[in-house]
Formats: sequence, structure tokens, C-alpha cells
Amino acid sequence: MAPPVRRSSGRAAAAQGGARRRRTFWPYLLIAPTLLATAYLLVYPLLRNVIISFQHFGLAQLIRGGAGFAGFANYGAVLSDPEFWSVTRRTLLFTAVNVGLIMVLSTVVALLVMRLGRVMRLVVLGGLVLTWATPMIAATTVFQWMFSSQLGVVNWVLVRLGFASFRGHAWFADGPQTFAILVALIVWQSVPFAALTLYAAMTTVPHELYEAARIDGAGGLRSFRSITFPVLRPMFGLVTCLEVIWVGKAFVQIWVISGGGPGRATTTLPVYAYQVAQSLHRYDVGAVVSVLMVLLLVFALLFYFRHMFREEAAA
Amino acid sequence: MTGRVARNVLALLVFVVSVFPVYWMVLTAVKPAREIQAETPTFWPSALTLDHFNAAVHAQGFWYFWRNSLLVACVAVLLSLVVALLAAYAVARLRWKGRRGFILMVFIAQMTPWEALLIPMYVIARDTGMLDTLSMLTLVYFMITLPFTIVTLRNFLAAVPVELEEAAQVDGCDRPAAFRRVVLPLLAPGLLTTSLFGFITAWNEFAFANLLIIKDQDDRTLPVWLSSFSNTFGTDWGATMAASTLFMLPVLAIFLVLQRKVTAGITGGAVKA
Repeated sequence: MAPPVRRSSGRAAAAQGGARRRRTFWPYLLIAPTLLATAYLLVYPLLRNVIISFQHFGLAQLIRGGAGFAGFANYGAVLSDPEFWSVTRRTLLFTAVNVGLIMVLSTVVALLVMRLGRVMRLVVLGGLVLTWATPMIAATTVFQWMFSSQLGVVNWVLVRLGFASFRGHAWFADGPQTFAILVALIVWQSVPFAALTLYAAMTTVPHELYEAARIDGAGGLRSFRSITFPVLRPMFGLVTCLEVIWVGKAFVQIWVISGGGPGRATTTLPVYAYQVAQSLHRYDVGAVVSVLMVLLLVFALLFYFRHMFREEAAA
Repeated sequence: MTGRVARNVLALLVFVVSVFPVYWMVLTAVKPAREIQAETPTFWPSALTLDHFNAAVHAQGFWYFWRNSLLVACVAVLLSLVVALLAAYAVARLRWKGRRGFILMVFIAQMTPWEALLIPMYVIARDTGMLDTLSMLTLVYFMITLPFTIVTLRNFLAAVPVELEEAAQVDGCDRPAAFRRVVLPLLAPGLLTTSLFGFITAWNEFAFANLLIIKDQDDRTLPVWLSSFSNTFGTDWGATMAASTLFMLPVLAIFLVLQRKVTAGITGGAVKA
């Protein structure tokens, strides 16, 4: 079956005897394409972002080049701009509301699935997977349709429930309401992943622990507080971290549904950076905002990596 | 027993909330137009129609966008599969200095907030004359999927017993041949799973596609086209939902395939988790 070793090729010559030399040489050749790609397509853009943030970089520099050094001028401009701080506050609020809702709802769903019969469990898990599989853009168009003012199904249901003022109600004309719809959309999209992950983790908690707790007279809430949560604390931490990162940098949903509006009601940091760069052609200021955003995300990232490496060391 | 009833009711509610938007999308896509326009919406269609799909498919440029999306996603995934397979082999099978550092780099790369790199990517694309080209988009998607592909392939590789490879080497295969003839066939489910996940990521990507393809409208991808549906369809929600359904279809198909393949990959053949 196996073909004879071809001595003609260089690597075959090293087959057995030269194993040690090959071992020092091959790994680096194998990872070289990854390193090259990462250097050009990830590290370079990151560095370039930082460099642009320290330059005067507008439309003229984009076209003709020759951007001059600006020192901390851009940073000073951004940090002294009240607009930036209100956007940052909004981003934090947006992240907190979304992640809070996502974690609570997905914990409830995971606990619920644990206690369901076989059929209902498959039904709920199937529904979650379907939601998870829905592409972001498809979801945003559907939400726009459901909340549309004239024929939207949400307005119809609300009117039927007795809220007559919702007839022809224009959701996207109002800041807080657009904000709420975005929260609904992001929570709807994010709960499946979090719930499925937490559910998978919950199934690994030894059954005996719950038995023992029940014998000791602990109710459902008590056994969650004393067993499920403490045992799965790292998992809860990990999922929370991931959600903070995903929600904090969420761009597509906001950009497509509201473009950051009405006014600035739904402008978060990623949207703000994009607007400043693309509409105002202030690439330098946009770069500053995105550098600051990355710095904010680093907190969540550090926590995540600490956990990842504990796993990696244990493996 | 009231507890069980309450749980089932709650479960049903969770199911309805998670499925309704998708149901509403498909339903709108197959409803006759007069039911979409009706004051009172229908939750079950009285008749089925393919008119909206017709409108979506015949919309200006639809097939271009479809082809672009497919092309960009496939090339990016193939590229990252090849590059990642090399790296994953080095990480899973060989011992070398800097290995831990490399793994760390891959993990960090995996968490890159790509939304923060839109501006420099735009500037770089412009500098290198790659703006408005699908190859720039392909490169970006390749890089977005690469770290994840390395991590997953490494896990799949680690699940293939190294003894199998050694046995093949004893039988006279050199290392690449042992890899090709023994490891690669066992790795097939892993390769499929990984590439399909990568495909979904690239297929769904919007932000870079929206930023890097500006002038050449024929080079746009489906998500960007779909996001501007009101320019194409106005308030024709039937056609918009039909287009969304068509866009979602490949992703859904992949999820259905994966469900079987993932389990097959873990439990099948000589591979043991």
C-alpha cells in the first residue's frame, strides 16, 4: 500500500537520520504562511491604525499621501470633545443592558432546557439553533419589517392588545425606541449561543450534587445559587466576557438599522469611529476613537485570555 | 405537576420567540402580495406564491452579487484551510521553540475586534490600489477565518492518534505521505466542519464588504446588497423577505449538514475524542 520513499526529494533524504535537523527546520516553514499573513493583514493594519491616530490624516492625505506627525493633538481633540464622552457612555450603557439581558435570559433558558422532557428539549434546542443560524443581515431586514410603521406585525399586535396609539407608529423615528429595538435584535441573536454553551456546561455538573442538595431540602433557586453557579463560575465568566466583546464592538446591526440615528441616539463607539472617518473624512480622529475602543475592549479580553490560558496549561 | 406544565408553557414561549422572526421572513416571502398589504396580517398563508422569489432573483445584479459572495467566501476558506492545516500540523505534532508563543498569537488573533480595523484597512487598500477589488475582500476574510481554522484543525488533528501516523512511517511512508494517506482521510470531517464555519463567517460579513467595495457596484456582495434593499425593492417587503430567505438558505443547509458531520467526526472511525 505505502509507496516507497522517494530519495530524490530533499525532505525524504532527512527521513530518519536527519530527524533532529528537520525538527528544527520544518515547524518554522509550516507556520511561515500564517506568520506572513498575520503580519501583513493583522499586525500592519493595527500598527497603521495607531500611526494614523498620531497623524494629520484627512481626505487630502488619503489621496496624495504625506501625512504629517500630529503628536497627541488628535487624542486631545477627541478626549476634550463632549460628543465622544456621550458616545462612550452610551456604548457602556448599550453593552451593559445587552449583556445583562443576554446572561439572565440565557441562564433561564439553559436551566429550563435542563428540566424539560425529551421532546420539548429538542423543540427548544432546535429553535435556538435556527436563530443562531440566521445571518445578521437577514435578521436585521426581518426586524425592520416586523417593526415597520405601516404593515409591521408588532404594531398590529400592540393595537390588538389595546394600545391603539401604536397604529402606524414609527419606531425608528424615536431615539430610545430605536435603541430598544437594537437591544431586542442583539439579545435575540446572542441568547442562542450563550444558552447552548451554558446548557452544555450544566450537563457536566455531577447529578449527585443536586441529589444531595435536594435531600438537604434545597429548592431550585437555592441549588442554582449553591451548586450550578459556583461550579460553573468560570463558564459564566467566559460567556459574559465574550458577550461584552461582541456587543461592545457591534457595528453591523446598528449601522444597517439606524446608521447611528435618529440624531445620535444609537451611535456607539464603532459606529462613531466609522462616521467620523467615512462621512467627515477625518481618518485620524476615527483612528483615535477605534484605538480607544480597542483599549476599552482589552479589559474584557485580558479576562478572557487569562481563562483561556488556564485551560491551555491544563490541557 | 403544575411545575411541569408551567415549564412546558415557558419552553413553548422560548421556541415561539426564537423562531418567529425567521418564520415571519419565510412566510412573507411566500404570501400573496395582497395578504402582505392587508390591514390584518395572516399568520398562515391562504395560498403560496413564488412571485416574490421571482422578483428577488430578477432584481438588477442579483446573480452578480450571488456569484461574488460565493467566490469570495470559497476562495477565502480554501486559502485559510491550506495555510491553517500547515500551521495546525506544526502545533499539534511537532515540538519546537516558540510553539507556545505561536499558540498565544493565534488566540489573540482570533479575538481581534475587526470592527476597529476598518479605517486602516481602507487606507491600506487604497494605498495598494486594492480598493474596489474582490481580492482585497478575499484576503480580509481569509485573515478573519484563519485563527479560528488553525485552532479547530489543531483540535481535530490532536484527536487523530499519532500512533497511526507512526505505523504508516514504519511501513515505509515518509512523513508527508503518512500525513496524506493516513491523517488526511481521518481529518476529512474536521476539514469539512471547519471550512463550513469559515464559509458562514465570510458569507455573512458586512462591514468590510460595505467599506471596501464602493465604486464598482457590480462587485458588491449579497449582504451589502440586501442591506440596501429599500433602494432595490422600495417597500416591496415580499421581495425583500424572499431575498433574505435566499441569502439564509445556504447557511441553514450548512447547519443541517454540520449537525450530522460534527457527531460523525467525533465518534467515527479511528478518531476518539
